[in-house]
Amino acid sequence: MTNLFKKDFPILGDDRYIYFDNAATSQRPRQVTEAVRRFNDETNSNPLRGLYQWSVEATDRYEAARHRVAGFIGAKHDEEIIFTRNSTESLNLIAYSWALDNLTEGDRIVITVLEHHSDILPWQMVSKKTGAVLDYIECDEKGGISDGEIEKKIVPGTKLVCCMEVSNVLGCRLPVEKITSRAHNVGAVTVVDAAQSVPHRPVNVRALGADFLVFSGHKLMAPMGIGVLYAKLSLLENMTPFLRGGEMIESVTRYGAVWAPLPQRFEAGTVNAAGAVGLAAAIDYLEDIGFDTVREREEKLVSLLLDGIRSVPHAEFYGSDDPKDHGGIAAFNIKGCHPHDVASILDTENICIRAGHHCAQPLHDHLGLQSTARASVYFYNDESEAERFIEALKKVRGWLGYGD
Amino acid sequence: MEIKDIYREIVNEHNLHPSHRGEMENPTKVMAGVNPSCGDKLTLQFRINDDGIIEDAMYTGSGCAVSQASCDMMLDLVIGKTTGEAERLANIFTRMIKGEASPEELEELEESEALEDIAHMPARVKCAVLGWHTMEKLVDGD
Ligand SMILES: Cc1ncc(COP(=O)(O)O)c(C=O)c1O
Repeated sequence: MTNLFKKDFPILGDDRYIYFDNAATSQRPRQVTEAVRRFNDETNSNPLRGLYQWSVEATDRYEAARHRVAGFIGAKHDEEIIFTRNSTESLNLIAYSWALDNLTEGDRIVITVLEHHSDILPWQMVSKKTGAVLDYIECDEKGGISDGEIEKKIVPGTKLVCCMEVSNVLGCRLPVEKITSRAHNVGAVTVVDAAQSVPHRPVNVRALGADFLVFSGHKLMAPMGIGVLYAKLSLLENMTPFLRGGEMIESVTRYGAVWAPLPQRFEAGTVNAAGAVGLAAAIDYLEDIGFDTVREREEKLVSLLLDGIRSVPHAEFYGSDDPKDHGGIAAFNIKGCHPHDVASILDTENICIRAGHHCAQPLHDHLGLQSTARASVYFYNDESEAERFIEALKKVRGWLGYGD
Repeated sequence: MEIKDIYREIVNEHNLHPSHRGEMENPTKVMAGVNPSCGDKLTLQFRINDDGIIEDAMYTGSGCAVSQASCDMMLDLVIGKTTGEAERLANIFTRMIKGEASPEELEELEESEALEDIAHMPARVKCAVLGWHTMEKLVDGD
């Protein structure tokens, strides 16, 4: 596997390090940092406000980024793209600006047990404040969700259905289309958390049946601090603002205000324009490489990781047996070794992995796991790294004092 | 010390062959602690006599080798001492992790001194202090 990509990532230039924590955040190529630098060095000024050339140019680049994102996920209108800080903020925006106003006592909110805490806690809040009931779609021990479970949980009276596209622990893809189509059949609104899918596979809001969709720029090579909320125009038009202040108004009197049109209504205060420009550059970079290449490389790497883990005594991985259904993620445990100890030991070998519950405690509880170690790859990783990782894994029990 | 050496020289032994792990009959005080960064839980059970001396102590719970070993070493140190003395040692341990304890104080910690270099690994500090913080809560007010 020749690696033509590493040269684009200054941080990966140091061969001693193996970065296998891509599900937490990805690395940034020069093309992205360069686009951010150009924005700052050539045209930095407050977009949407100025009447001078730099500000006009800043506004143009910011709005071009919005257009790029809309095209990337198949949104019909640029106004359907709201820039936020990250997935978490996008989900909270939906909770405060849509759910609190539209749910009442006895309504059902249905989510899956695989969700990230960011897609659980806002709904717990909505449930407590409105009296709506929060219910979970369960999964089997490999993360699979049955048709029966979808039908049993998404019943008339369900007003909101939220589901991630790809699990950040097991890497499996959830049956999003089945879930959203069932949700629409009972008249519910759908939220898709695409944080772990957008970096790895083509995402189209209409094909997914997403009324709302969220993702974070930093997981697809954009800077931290820029995220996306997609919302159907018909929903956005009837939502109350999330944050109030500058930029999101048309006019203000002492005791009232007229909101600005979409999308500004939901982007109060000075925006992260450089971040948005970086996100557009990241999308360009990703599409240049192509999702076919991304998928091919990730599948190859994950299959090496899964086979490798199988070959390590006392080790097991979680999720599907099929490397094609792992979203670049291999969660695992080594018997008798706490994941934190595994991560610390691998750190001394300059291998970066994540350990803990990965912000998915309900899933860990459901699977009967206290915590897991997680190696997650992206297209810029390669075979030699996977091999080094497995060699190190074989020695972990020894380093932790076991005789075998 | 590099973390691999800390494991080899001290942590592994206490983690794999703990002296004080398990349930105790008739503890006089019980206290649970949680490491919020990983959800690991630990419960201390102490038998303290009328003179305030810790006659025996045990711990249960799940956790990484660092938290388990740190707790085991701590109990080695404080069993037979008064709760006041245990509190003073916990204070030294906390200051050791912050890099503020004197060499004389470090010696008082006996084996636990080996965890000094954990201070350079922010991710693991919480594991090392879990048992000690839980003990501070347990003896508080005694
Ligand atoms: C599936 C999923 N949803 C939501 C999030 C939250 O993303 P962020 O921390 O960027 O808001 C993450 C990332 O950790 C994730 O993996």
